[in-house]
Amino acid sequence: MDTTERFARIAETPFTTTDARGLTFPGRGGKLREIFDRRDLLSLLVRRDLQARYRDSVLGFLWTLIRPIVQFLMYYLVLGQFLRAADGIPQFAIFLFAGLTIYSFFAEMVQGSTTSILSNAGLVKKIYLPREIFPLASVGAAGFMFLVQVLVLLGGAIIFQALPAPVEMLWFFPSVLLILVYGLALGILLSALNVYLRDVQYVTDVILMLAMWASPIVYSWTMVVDAFATLGLPAWALDVYTNNPITLAVLGFRKAFWGAGTDADYPDNLLLRIAIAGVIGLVLLFISHRVFTRLQGNFAQEM
Amino acid sequence: MVVSPSIGPVVVRVEHVTKQFTVRKDNSLKERIVHAGRRGRAHKQDYTAVDGVSIEIHAGTTVGLLGPNGSGKSTLLKLIGGIVSPTSGRVVTRGRMAALLELGAGFHPDLSGRENVYLNASIMGMTRAETAARFDDILEFSGIGDFIDTQVKFYSSGMFVRLAFAVAVHTDPDVLLVDEVLAVGDEAFQRKCMERIARFRNEGRTIVLVSHSAAQVQELCDRGIVLKDGELVFDGDTNDAVSALRDVLEGRRVGEAPSAQQVRPIEVTRIEVLDASGKRSKVFPVGSQMRLRMHVHSERAMPSWAIGFSIDTPNGQMVLASNTERLGIDLPGIPAGDSFMEFAIESANFGAGQYFVNANVSEVIDIDTHVLWQGARFTIAGNERNLGTVAASITAA
Repeated sequence: MDTTERFARIAETPFTTTDARGLTFPGRGGKLREIFDRRDLLSLLVRRDLQARYRDSVLGFLWTLIRPIVQFLMYYLVLGQFLRAADGIPQFAIFLFAGLTIYSFFAEMVQGSTTSILSNAGLVKKIYLPREIFPLASVGAAGFMFLVQVLVLLGGAIIFQALPAPVEMLWFFPSVLLILVYGLALGILLSALNVYLRDVQYVTDVILMLAMWASPIVYSWTMVVDAFATLGLPAWALDVYTNNPITLAVLGFRKAFWGAGTDADYPDNLLLRIAIAGVIGLVLLFISHRVFTRLQGNFAQEM
Repeated sequence: MVVSPSIGPVVVRVEHVTKQFTVRKDNSLKERIVHAGRRGRAHKQDYTAVDGVSIEIHAGTTVGLLGPNGSGKSTLLKLIGGIVSPTSGRVVTRGRMAALLELGAGFHPDLSGRENVYLNASIMGMTRAETAARFDDILEFSGIGDFIDTQVKFYSSGMFVRLAFAVAVHTDPDVLLVDEVLAVGDEAFQRKCMERIARFRNEGRTIVLVSHSAAQVQELCDRGIVLKDGELVFDGDTNDAVSALRDVLEGRRVGEAPSAQQVRPIEVTRIEVLDASGKRSKVFPVGSQMRLRMHVHSERAMPSWAIGFSIDTPNGQMVLASNTERLGIDLPGIPAGDSFMEFAIESANFGAGQYFVNANVSEVIDIDTHVLWQGARFTIAGNERNLGTVAASITAA
């Protein structure tokens, strides 16, 4: 390009400012716009994550399926058959796999994001990129694995003839959106915190392990209702349990794939609860991004 | 040195930027809790890497950031690149910026060369279509050939760097930030880097270069910025910047404890560079008369002794050297204590630039010699007729 032409173009370009609040691009749209402009990179990073994960392994991509299927078999046999959790739950296999699928999506989003900034230290230290792109890429990779599992779930549900009426399957969207919002909010926050305090990633692992039992994944929501009644806990205790966004997402997701459930298997106003949790989640996402923005100024130095 | 084209618009403006770091000695939750509160402060340390720096860089210039280790030059480069945010002040930039901070920073060892080219180009801000259009150029420049579809982890380090550099220079940046990367690769590759950077300059691109090598800055840059302990100490012409850097480095040397040296019977204590009238000077016109006065300290009176000098470029290349033996001079005996001896250079036909004077002295030449390295420094100025380390009169034949 000709020098004068280049100079003329630069003279027209507005300035990008980096100050104590980080880097801001001129023009409207802010970070969202910036990330949208780098969507090519985002998709390449997601593909890199996926390609590199099973490269050089003989089974390769099949590992995406083997792990959840083994996990599923373990719970199905031990909990369902040996411990008799399956009694009273028709189509227990689909019931269980639906819950596991959406929960492992959440867990993978959060786990992947938490370490994402650190594992891309080479890039973060050397070049300017909107850093949100790294947790987002982890969420993208988790999303891909999730979609593969959903296909398996769908196949299983068709084989066992467990699918509900097609209109019920629309529950897929609100529940996945809800889990996505919370996964993003937590993932973005933890990815930044983990740069400063490496314990975060280990604490996250432990909490994710525990959180699985705090939602009706391997047992049913009605069991919790009964247990709370037997223990004589007040009504708000059940509400606290039910309004956990993971629980809501699991229930909604199950509604979409597990046709054997009746209205008694779900709390009232499930959609409204999901909507409220979603709005709260969006606020949390906004706050967590603000924290991320504050912390990212020193990322390059803290790694 | 290439004469820079007309002054372009401002591309980078650094406004009163200060960057402080908190250095923590505890990085785990346990330690953080144990040291929480008042005792925690002992485990925290504030460190100012860049202190109130303001600079303005115009398009089409090549700027060298110089300074000793820990002077904040790399941090300043990272601030310009937006990689770290300033504690106070602000940095404004425009145009497409590419950072050659570390070649291959974005390479993933498990991906093939081709996949890495796309990934790395995308990191530098190119779209997929742009990369595809330039892919053949990148491949040719890198000289990787058929290995492009092999995983990068099987590459030799040379191939790795070549591919990374090839991507970096094909991203069409307006501003290129370079941090010491030019010190890698073999000689042929370094030539290629230099040629490419020279071409970048001619295309009106702006280059900000961090370097330890004064010679590299002199060769490439048309402006030098010297930092010391985070503060800007010099901003201007490259040759002056290099001499400001020497001052900073020498100032530092004074603070260091002198190493225990054996006392020699005869030593060079000081070198002065004088002009024809016998006045001390630092800058000389080309071809002028020059006198080198060597101050010598002798432990005892000696009946015979010998002394010599050499003049080097900042790169350490010898330009001129001689000694009393070579010149056939028989020096009279030297008394105990301080004395001096002068060499006169009739016409110093050196090219423009900086030179260092070294001197050595001994009782008998080449035996138990004491050498004073870089005892003096002078600049040859005002030679615009030729480049290189010698000056000659050149006309069209």
